[in-house]
Amino acid sequence: MAANEYVVRAKGLTKEYRMGEEVITALNGVDIDIKRGEYISIMGPSGSGKSTLFNAIGGMDRPDTGSVFINDVDMAQLDARELAYLRCHTIGYIFQSYNLIQVMTALENVTLPTVFAGAPSDEGIERAIEMLNIVGLGHRLHNRPSQLSGGQQQRVAIARALVNNPAIILADEPTANLDLKTGEEIIQLLRKLNEDHGVTIISATHDLKMLNVSDRIVWIRDGRIAKIEERADIEINIGEMEGH
Amino acid sequence: MSVEASSKRDPGAGARAGVQKQIQLPFRVVWAISIKSIRIRLMRSLITASGIFLGIAFFSSVRTVGLFPVGLDAEAIAAANRQKWLAIMALLVCAVGITNAMLMSITERFKEIGTMKCLGALDKFIVMLFFIEASLMGVIASALGWVAGWLVTVGAHLFSGGGKDLTLNFGFRSLGEMVLSVVLGTAITLIAAIPTARNAAKMQAVVALRSEI
Repeated sequence: MAANEYVVRAKGLTKEYRMGEEVITALNGVDIDIKRGEYISIMGPSGSGKSTLFNAIGGMDRPDTGSVFINDVDMAQLDARELAYLRCHTIGYIFQSYNLIQVMTALENVTLPTVFAGAPSDEGIERAIEMLNIVGLGHRLHNRPSQLSGGQQQRVAIARALVNNPAIILADEPTANLDLKTGEEIIQLLRKLNEDHGVTIISATHDLKMLNVSDRIVWIRDGRIAKIEERADIEINIGEMEGH
Repeated sequence: MSVEASSKRDPGAGARAGVQKQIQLPFRVVWAISIKSIRIRLMRSLITASGIFLGIAFFSSVRTVGLFPVGLDAEAIAAANRQKWLAIMALLVCAVGITNAMLMSITERFKEIGTMKCLGALDKFIVMLFFIEASLMGVIASALGWVAGWLVTVGAHLFSGGGKDLTLNFGFRSLGEMVLSVVLGTAITLIAAIPTARNAAKMQAVVALRSEI
């Protein structure tokens, strides 16, 4: 059924920013449909409108015109409480700088979304421990973010994003602050969660390591979609590169 | 607008209904989170609270001096007038100090507010969280500040041989001063905290997250 095939649909998104006298067009008519269970990367140089598109999809910022539908619900029609429900239950966020709450332990950070969802505290803690085990941090439950490495902090953030069993994970440059090896591990973890849990992953990135794991890559340039590549096409390209 | 719930068990199936409203956390849950929030950043809370404490201690000491009886000659009347001005100045200094402490303590948490919004916190929850934190700090720090200012002033007065002024009447008027100090201290704290917290809660999540301190 069509209603269920696409988890995110964006239509005719535009957004302008005013910088003094100058008007900057961040998005200039973007349409994109994202299928349930897809691993999709939004690629583009900084200033291309990538982050603006990403924030519009995540309900963190409103486009000037156009609509974003999450599970066929138009985000612009939602009131504050419905939007909060969506952020709590349907979307999990992962950020470049992890955005863990510094004064809370790993476990408390991961438990927080379950508190907002109204889960009883023992059930929330149980789910948070389960998630931290899945991301491989079962032994660091009571450490504060300052006692964890960047990669470990990002794992906590991933556990936090997943704890309410969302349909979508939005990852904003999740590997930008990590070294090559740790970044690779985080990418593999996201891919594994995508395969095991069927969660749709939408990532804004300019990390080329993401290319290998993405089902589709959306290239953004000057506020428009320059091209959309399927993984099959990319593998051929990589094969060709290796062949020479 | 409605979307059929999918019967298939897959991620987000519970949320498929889409337009449900986020629950409002009961007061005791927000209260528990506020207490925890003060406790886990105890040092920071103490610094903020000491801003309130010192302001009210200053105000209290000036007001307490004013409670001691003075003569009726021209010099004493002039002194009493100076005393009034001093109390007004003390209140102003105290208001600026408290406002500064509260603004800083909330501004440095903008990013945390943005993060909590992304995790599903309602604006109302955020305002309530800061309301409880600010009220608690306001009441406790003002009360302690009043006691400190009073003790120092009365101690100094006793030391300079004014023991006979510590009458029952003085005691009652001191209690009145205590109520005044706590009410003023808490009110200034809330007036500084609540509009800032409300603005932060109303920000688009992306703006709050972008803020760097």
